[in-house]
Amino acid sequence: MLETIWFLLWGVLWAIYFILDGYDLGIGTLLPFLGKSDTDRRIMLNSMGPFWDGNEVWLITAGGVTFAAFPKAYAVMFSGLYTPLMLLLFALIIRGVSLEFRHQVDSPAWRRVWDWGATIGSFLPALLLGVAFANIFMGLPLDEKGVFQGNLLTLLNPYGLAGGVLFVLLFAMHGALWLTIKSEGDLQRRAANLARKLWPVLVVLIGAFVVLTVIYTNLLANYLTNPLLLVLLVAPVLALLLLRQQIGKEDWWFAWGLSAAMITGLTLFGVVGLYPALLPSSINPDYSITIANAASSTLTLSIMLGVALVFVPIVAAYQFWLYRTFSHKVTEKELGHDGAY
Amino acid sequence: MDVLMLSRLQFAMATMFHFIFVPLTLGLSILVAIMETKYVRTGDEMYKRMTKFWGKLFVINFVLGVVTGITLEFQFGTNWSRYSEYVGDIFGSLLAIEATVAFFLESTFLGAWIFGWNVLSPKMHALCIWLVAGASNLSALWILIANGFMQNPLGYVIRNGRAELADFFAVVGNPFAWQQYVHVLSGAFALAGFFVMGVSSWHLLKKQNVDFFTRSFKLGMVFGLVFSVLVAVQGHHHAQEVTKIQPAKLAAMESLWETHEDGAPMYLLVVPDEKNEKNAVELFGIPGGLSFLAHNDFKAPVQGLKDWPADERPPVMLTFLSFRAMVGLGTLMPLLCIWAFLRRNKLTETPKLLKAMLFAIPVPYLAIEAGWVVAEVGRQPWIVNGLMKTADAVSPIVTSQVAFSLVALTLLYALLGAVDIYLLFKFAKKGPAEA
Repeated sequence: MLETIWFLLWGVLWAIYFILDGYDLGIGTLLPFLGKSDTDRRIMLNSMGPFWDGNEVWLITAGGVTFAAFPKAYAVMFSGLYTPLMLLLFALIIRGVSLEFRHQVDSPAWRRVWDWGATIGSFLPALLLGVAFANIFMGLPLDEKGVFQGNLLTLLNPYGLAGGVLFVLLFAMHGALWLTIKSEGDLQRRAANLARKLWPVLVVLIGAFVVLTVIYTNLLANYLTNPLLLVLLVAPVLALLLLRQQIGKEDWWFAWGLSAAMITGLTLFGVVGLYPALLPSSINPDYSITIANAASSTLTLSIMLGVALVFVPIVAAYQFWLYRTFSHKVTEKELGHDGAY
Repeated sequence: MDVLMLSRLQFAMATMFHFIFVPLTLGLSILVAIMETKYVRTGDEMYKRMTKFWGKLFVINFVLGVVTGITLEFQFGTNWSRYSEYVGDIFGSLLAIEATVAFFLESTFLGAWIFGWNVLSPKMHALCIWLVAGASNLSALWILIANGFMQNPLGYVIRNGRAELADFFAVVGNPFAWQQYVHVLSGAFALAGFFVMGVSSWHLLKKQNVDFFTRSFKLGMVFGLVFSVLVAVQGHHHAQEVTKIQPAKLAAMESLWETHEDGAPMYLLVVPDEKNEKNAVELFGIPGGLSFLAHNDFKAPVQGLKDWPADERPPVMLTFLSFRAMVGLGTLMPLLCIWAFLRRNKLTETPKLLKAMLFAIPVPYLAIEAGWVVAEVGRQPWIVNGLMKTADAVSPIVTSQVAFSLVALTLLYALLGAVDIYLLFKFAKKGPAEA
């Protein structure tokens, strides 16, 4: 029971990370496409300025919870996916310093360097996380000892790459919508247009990904043992459809919320479809890392649950406060203030 | 080189690089919070300028501490997966708690502080930096409790082929961890004091913004004095704890080869000769000196390295030299602070002191890095003292992967470290904004 609760919390933590840092990564990716001038790019970076660091901690927590609740899954996942995770790490490091360093020196060449840092450092994590999760859905080549029998190229299969592209575009949409909330004028218009253009692409891509999921993974078979759970797909599909309507109405907060619901729904759909495995083995299902063979002791899981029940609502409350406090649009005047990127 | 050696090098590099930035974050956050509180209380614009000037340096330093911290969490899984699997039940939960209770707080309120100058009320803004300071130091506590488990494992039971949690309060209350925490924290606070004194000295030597930097200097001096004395005094107690719990580490720190049943001497000049299991040079001995330092008793027995088989001894030369470096630099620090204290009202008339304090900025950095080498290298060959060897902890991965990541990470860190230090210099030299 505790294992199942932690399995779900594990999925929820990833979903929260994707919702929150997803738009940061999306905006970073879109920087060269939407940021025509230095001012545009500064508005884009400042739109996530107060938030990105707190958002990234959800990733640290998702990693930490994997370590704490399912140590074996953490060990197998991080050592098996060594190179992609190192690339993810380098990218996140570069993203973080690019945001902080860019505005420190007033020189176009300096800023161009960190613009590229922000873009690559945002695009690459989106891509890598997509590739990693698609491969997990598909199953990793894990032997009986949980040792990964493959390399980086093993992961770059068609389904893995489709997952990567899907994440990049989901986050790009999410970022464009965040930007419509936080900007005004021409930049806002361009972000809105991009969201409009991305929508049909996402519809096709999500449709294709679901079909590929049926072909490449055992998720469907898993769902068919408990078909009621397929309702989980209703939420993201509904959110996707309503999203077009809200983009049309230019209700940007609502649209962003729908995009968040879509990301959450897709993440949970994937994660629940894995249950009870965390990392299925493509070599032999018996070698899979599951909640049964990877979970921590009951004592640890109980203590951690206590900590989570007390502190996660507190974190949510003060992060909500942060978002409320900085919900205003980033204007040019704002850029003149101390601390602005 | 094999995966084990490369992983050791990578972990050492990543940890030591991370710890260039962390101590200043821990100490300077508090100093900036004090400055801003004074501003809110008195309305004195000088304190607002101080908050902004030192706060800018704080933020530039902070970012590298944060981004390099992720590497450490990742590395336990990527490079030390057998360790992660074996002790994750305990160690993993401590890292997860650290993120949940401290790291969120730190990151969220730092964002609010940086961007909140024109949005938040002055009181709320000052509260933000206090929350950042408190959370940073709370975060360090959980990390040191995790490290404390590696130094002195408590509260576990071996079950299902791994170490499982048996007593959470034993893990959290680990006296060794708390000793380390006080030691690391006081070292970090002293470092921040030296940083503030050193940067202030540069400006005072040039006689620019004299009032501003005299006030800053004095604030740094209080911190530097109090905590460099504390770190030395408490370090002595910590070493006595090491004697009890990790006697092989103590023997390596002192390069003591033979066991002395009735009092071990302390030599002021020693050159270890690891190959021949003796010291090539041993001069200026104080009879019973080491026994006294370790046990407060000149006649107390102290174990020598030969009590352990060769493969259960830490590398002697590195541990020994790092310990001497830490103690030497750690002795210099309170002396410099006392000098500064005596001349506190004649700073600009004492250029020698100002020059010394400027060049002393690296001193606490070197002392802290050396201290970590003693703590971690001195624990070898164990990753968890007496429970698991480092050689058994490494991941089943391919050498080329680690070689690639080690080279890439080193280059990336070197580059970012250089940029960060360039920015710190740039803004430290630029001085505060005009009043």
